Amino acid sequence: MTDKPFIDIRHAAKSYGALEVLKDISLQVRKGQIVAIIGPSGSGKSTLLRAINDLDPLTKGEVWLEDMQVNKPLPPRQYERHINQMRQQIGMVFQHFNLFPHLTVRGNITLAPKMLKRLTEAEANALAEKQLAHVGMLDRIDYYPSQLSGGQKQRVAIARALAMEPKVMLFDEVTSALDPELVEEVNLTMKKLAEEHMTMIIVTHEMRFAQDVCDRVLFMDQGVVVEEGPPEVIFRNPQHERTKNFLRKHLQGNAQ
Amino acid sequence: MTLDFTIVPSYFTLLLIGSGWTIAITAAAAVLSFVVGILFAVIALYGPALVRYPIRLFAWLFMGTPLLLQLFLIYFGLIQIGIDLPAFAAGVIGLGLHFAVYNSDIIQSGIRAVDKGQYEGARTLGLSRLQTIARIIVPQAVRSVIPPIGNNMIALLKDSALVSVIGVTELTLTAQLAISKTFHPFEFYLAAAVCYYVINLGLEAGLRHLEGRVQLSR
Repeated sequence: MTDKPFIDIRHAAKSYGALEVLKDISLQVRKGQIVAIIGPSGSGKSTLLRAINDLDPLTKGEVWLEDMQVNKPLPPRQYERHINQMRQQIGMVFQHFNLFPHLTVRGNITLAPKMLKRLTEAEANALAEKQLAHVGMLDRIDYYPSQLSGGQKQRVAIARALAMEPKVMLFDEVTSALDPELVEEVNLTMKKLAEEHMTMIIVTHEMRFAQDVCDRVLFMDQGVVVEEGPPEVIFRNPQHERTKNFLRKHLQGNAQ
Repeated sequence: MTLDFTIVPSYFTLLLIGSGWTIAITAAAAVLSFVVGILFAVIALYGPALVRYPIRLFAWLFMGTPLLLQLFLIYFGLIQIGIDLPAFAAGVIGLGLHFAVYNSDIIQSGIRAVDKGQYEGARTLGLSRLQTIARIIVPQAVRSVIPPIGNNMIALLKDSALVSVIGVTELTLTAQLAISKTFHPFEFYLAAAVCYYVINLGLEAGLRHLEGRVQLSR
């Protein structure tokens, strides 16, 4: 039973006209697994991640979360209801935070639980406090996003996603827009989540982080998964020339 | 005839009442123009073609024809098809819809300027399209366009003088009534001008206060 995939991507393909950005990708993620997707820009890794909650709809293929198909073929109106339900179970954090600037940190976190889960003001506040404490941002609850540093914004964004109590968290290059000294606080927050066995799929450029935290690493290039395996194998002993080239460039850049 | 400003104070109460009506009609039309402006903007950008095109035609008609003519049409014209509006209501509707079209243009540009990530961020949490527009996109768009909308509202205040011609006894018509009794047009038009100016100062102060309060710093 434990081998049954939690997230199941079946023959995912996506193209813009003649340009194929994803070419028949299948990926199974078990509950509690932490998967890193690495690869050069334009490799399709973000597109694959964004296909999981249908932000970037696939041209072909299926995405399943447990026994529910995320991109179920339905008439538009029913689909809208279905996908809103599915997305409540799939948390996502973006490179550019996408916090709502007109709301306070509290407002950012309580909005969706109040609207979608019908939480009362008091319940939503308690939830916000709990999630903010979790990411170490409770003292900023009444600040506006503009008053926070990049790392703080990202931690709030993580708390906002967690407040919906998702089954899986998707991270789309969440430290790429941060100043180097702010990366660590976000990485620590994600490590904490990992220790709590949250199922996570992480698109990242941080090889060190992928190596430390993830159970599995996928290397993507030109719309296909070139190679995948446990981090020790991918990073120490990659089999494919393209992986080797990519890692050589990246690890050099990171080390010096 | 010589100028005699001493005559003005005896009409002070009347001018005050006229000013009150000017403020009332401006406020009502401003609210209408704001609400309808948002509605039009959202429909123009997100609505199905079936409503989008009629709204566009409507906007085009209201922008391309004189406000005075629109007021005549609403007040005198609609009676013929059985819609008999009081002058005040006709004035509010005419001014409100006219400025709604201009506000809609401004709000549309505000909506377009909201970062695409805001939409994605909200949809990712599970908010529907409509919830996202109503709670995330429009509130940000409106905050960013308060200054140009405010300019429109100042224009609206001044154009509210036009409703005097359909018989709303606002400030301009009040001045004219005083003139018809006293034959002192210079004094009373000037007095009315001062009243408009003072109301405008109040409006501007209010707008500045609002801008300061809702300003979005990113």
